[in-house]
Amino acid sequence: MMLFGYRLPMMSSLLVWCLIWEIVGQLDLMFLIPPLSSVVVAMVELIQTKQFLAATAVTLRSFVTGMVLAIVAGVSLGVLMGRFRAADRLLGMWVNLFVSAPLSALVPILMILFGLGDATIVATVFLFAVWIIALDTQAGVKHISGSLVEMSRSFGASQRDVYLKILLWAALPEILAGIRLGMIRGVKGVVIGQLLVSVIGYGELFELYSRNFLMERFWALTILVFAFAILVSELVGAIEKRVEYYAGVRQ
Amino acid sequence: MPAALPRIHERPMPAIRDNIVEVRGLSKFYGGFQALKEIDLDFPEGELISLLGPSGCGKTTLLKMIAGLLEPSAGQVFVKGKAVTGPGPERAFVFQDFALMPWATVLRNVAFGLELRGTPKAERHETARRYIAEVGLAGFEERYPHELSGGMRQRVGLARALAVNADVLLMDEPFSAVDEQTRRKFQEDLLHLRRVQRKTFIFVTHSIEEAVYVSDRIVLLSRRPGRVSRIIEPDIPRDGTPDEIRRDRRYLDTVEDIWDGLKQFVD
Repeated sequence: MMLFGYRLPMMSSLLVWCLIWEIVGQLDLMFLIPPLSSVVVAMVELIQTKQFLAATAVTLRSFVTGMVLAIVAGVSLGVLMGRFRAADRLLGMWVNLFVSAPLSALVPILMILFGLGDATIVATVFLFAVWIIALDTQAGVKHISGSLVEMSRSFGASQRDVYLKILLWAALPEILAGIRLGMIRGVKGVVIGQLLVSVIGYGELFELYSRNFLMERFWALTILVFAFAILVSELVGAIEKRVEYYAGVRQ
Repeated sequence: MPAALPRIHERPMPAIRDNIVEVRGLSKFYGGFQALKEIDLDFPEGELISLLGPSGCGKTTLLKMIAGLLEPSAGQVFVKGKAVTGPGPERAFVFQDFALMPWATVLRNVAFGLELRGTPKAERHETARRYIAEVGLAGFEERYPHELSGGMRQRVGLARALAVNADVLLMDEPFSAVDEQTRRKFQEDLLHLRRVQRKTFIFVTHSIEEAVYVSDRIVLLSRRPGRVSRIIEPDIPRDGTPDEIRRDRRYLDTVEDIWDGLKQFVD
């Protein structure tokens, strides 16, 4: 971007917003908004506390476990629905329903099922992420040109080969797009799940900070979680771009 | 390499040839629509046979049934005397839209048939490199399909079919998706290949000129339902230059003769 003939560095708009935040905070208008500088100081303190590190470990573990399960189940479900009309008819409506449904409402039920522990959080992450992965995988598998499958069969591919060497690869761009969106939903899931259970990981910390009006800490943690969500999605996005470079060029 | 082999000008005597592919009473229905009706055909070993006909005459359907990719509604296909129940290693297919894996390099694409057969990596790559060179793509082994032109992509498809060393090459309008210059070059290459490889080619095309130019035998199909309407053995001199052949009376007469027969199908 250019301003008054000067080339502005990237992210300069972010700096503007940081500045506004700092000014509003310094004006002391609301106790909810402390100055950004004190939030940053709090962040540096926060990431050194044992409490935070323990919460991070618990949260990451739930997130990764839930995501791995969601990816395995979502891709399998999507491939099934993309390949077989019957599976699509039977499961399609549910997948489409759950993709757009407010799943937070189901977390209390998960708590009854899985108890007030990690299992509920894993289930929440899974539930939030799995449907979009299934839906995108299905779209990818459905749009594969028939001749690739025919080609592999003509050279003697077994059913297993068709799935592992053709279908999964041909649908990879869509699968990755699904995983990226699933990851963003998974981050939501892990935070919402922990907040509702409220005795685990970041949820416990969020509860602690907001109840005790530790706004600097609260915002510090929020920024970290947001940054994590963006980082994860950018990471998958980068892989996606590399893959799309050749898999996206479809004949 | 091709250059080391003697050029064979005389056409082999058809009488002593066995039929490598036999089609018996083949019919295909799609729902209530009959695409092919009671096709009986013999494909002599070592010949290049074209299946020619108007669009919708079922020539691709016939080829895919020979490939074992489609199941006939009635009748049978025999390859080397054995009934076809699916694809087999003695047949290789060249696809109209190339059907290359866009995520794999030229090398892996060409070696794919061997990969599916479980040939060890070093061995299959060596074979693939040889055929990549044979189709004139040496140096492009590590490229991806989207980096190649249409003509080059089809060479990859051809190399892949050659690499599995099948006896019968099934080609489904292989040159229809490439430009005219490339197409003519391909036809020359096909004739060359036909001389140096002891293979049978079954070649689907909708171009009369192409069929007459490259074929030992042309099977003319009529449509609705598709049936064999004529079998033509073009008597074209093969020893001239491409231009001489294309100007030869016998070549032109054969093209004209087939066109007369096909005119009725033009709507």
